[in-house]
Amino acid sequence: MATLDFERPLRDLEQRIEALKAAVCLPGAGEAIADELERLEAAAHRLEENLFGDLGVWARVRLSRHPERPTTLDAIGALLEDFVELRGDRAFRDDPAIVGGLARYHGRPVVVLGHQKGRGVRDNVRRNFGMPHPEGYRKALRLMDLSARFGRPLLTFVDTPGAFPGLGAEERGQSEAIGQCLMKLSSLTVPVVSTVLGEGGSGGALALAVANRVLMLEHATYAVITPEGCASILWKDGSRAPEAARAMRMTAAEVFSAGVADEVIPEPVGGAHRDPREALRRVDEAVGRHLDALRRLGPEEIRDDRYQRFRALGEYTEV
Amino acid sequence: MAPGVFRRCDGCGATMLEDELAAAWNVCPRCGFHHRMTPVRWIALLADAESFAPIGEALRSTDPLGFSDGQTYPDRIARSQRQSGESDAVVVGDATMDGTAIALGVFAFGFMGGSMGSVVGERLTRLFERGASARRPVVVLSASGGARMQEGIHSLMQMAKTVAARGLLADAGVPFVSVLLHPTTGGVAASYALLGDVNLAEPGALIGFAGPRVIEQTIKQTLPEGFQRSEFLLEHGMIDAIVPRSDLRATVRRVLGLLTD
Repeated sequence: MATLDFERPLRDLEQRIEALKAAVCLPGAGEAIADELERLEAAAHRLEENLFGDLGVWARVRLSRHPERPTTLDAIGALLEDFVELRGDRAFRDDPAIVGGLARYHGRPVVVLGHQKGRGVRDNVRRNFGMPHPEGYRKALRLMDLSARFGRPLLTFVDTPGAFPGLGAEERGQSEAIGQCLMKLSSLTVPVVSTVLGEGGSGGALALAVANRVLMLEHATYAVITPEGCASILWKDGSRAPEAARAMRMTAAEVFSAGVADEVIPEPVGGAHRDPREALRRVDEAVGRHLDALRRLGPEEIRDDRYQRFRALGEYTEV
Repeated sequence: MAPGVFRRCDGCGATMLEDELAAAWNVCPRCGFHHRMTPVRWIALLADAESFAPIGEALRSTDPLGFSDGQTYPDRIARSQRQSGESDAVVVGDATMDGTAIALGVFAFGFMGGSMGSVVGERLTRLFERGASARRPVVVLSASGGARMQEGIHSLMQMAKTVAARGLLADAGVPFVSVLLHPTTGGVAASYALLGDVNLAEPGALIGFAGPRVIEQTIKQTLPEGFQRSEFLLEHGMIDAIVPRSDLRATVRRVLGLLTD
């Protein structure tokens, strides 16, 4: 089994414990070894709890929502040149919870698209905390369409608690708008690379992430429902969210082992917000590497690659 | 079902014989309320006798997350299988409708709220792929609370998978008629279910992205009467028609004829 880098301290401790256990069986093994063994086992348990326990997972969920975490506009600023923002769905309004436009990536034209949370209360209210309405998804559809017609690769950035559950959103067809995004993305003959920067919240996140390659920052999350929503459905108690977060296996490492993410991009110590420049430099390196590989495929191969990628997802047996 | 058993209509509260309700395809003869139907009954209503040939019948859920919410996921599956007589929340297969070859899918809402996990996603995907390769129009009757939480991210991915397959059908120029039953919400509504070439709904069905309780908690208001019901969706342009159960077979057949003849 592959050891992910953050698991390594635990694996090292476990190996030392095994070695001591072997030694303690030898005749003449002193009480000192037994004490040391006990101490190490307690340390391993604590470490395991920190990494994989409710608290460890919940800490990651909170990191993924950190107000200072790099956003889509930060990523656009760091990775792209000549950004021209395109706005509006041409039918109802411009939804600031999704941003996108034309830009150059290492000199070559691309289309870029992502959820956008705000900085500070006022900006967050304007951007609806990164929760799009149908018109946001219809703006995204426009940009996906542009990328296909002009043969520009599509880079997307995911960071949303989910699509907005509200009156207007329902009236204007939130479900249909998300469904159309899923179908449009799955049909594109240009490379699509998606990076989950923060929260990958349910269908509202997936609507921008039916990609040839899905990358996740180390402390990003990706889940079928928010942990609060999951807890309130299962136990009628939203405060049990940490438990739900753990049960859903929503951390980047877990989503990677489920085969849903293709790569986990390590963050600077303490999280991306501690050193956004370095975090986005690593995102740039990973996105560039995957895009270069995808550029070698022809249009039909690109589309087929994406179809097969998602076609293979799901866990079942046949009796 | 046992003869001579009485039941109460969920719409008007009138008491009637179970047999009387069943003979009317579970539609109340007094008030027209559409009660839920099992896949077996739906297939009997829509497909020619003996014509249904299941696809992916052998598929079974695994427990990829080792999920437990007090009850383990395998236990929950086993209990749903016992209670519903179904292996999972959707039944799909080839059928004929008045001699016309179709690919038919029907949800079993009684199986974990019709939730879409890997088995549901795989069966629907195979159905769309079958429709595309054999040029059989696809008809799916959806009734689902959404993606199945117990399979976590794997369930979410079924949204992308089913929609991609629905896209294959569109590229092949083969029709998809989506029939929305009560209720169709969450990850099923937000994937293939509102992407029919023609979207039909039963009267009074709840159809939406978010459930009414979630919306009320978010906006801190009580929702207006009839919000997210079929009639609301028709008014807001999300569906083409509301079709009573007694007319569904004739309507689907007419639509398919007009698109394929």
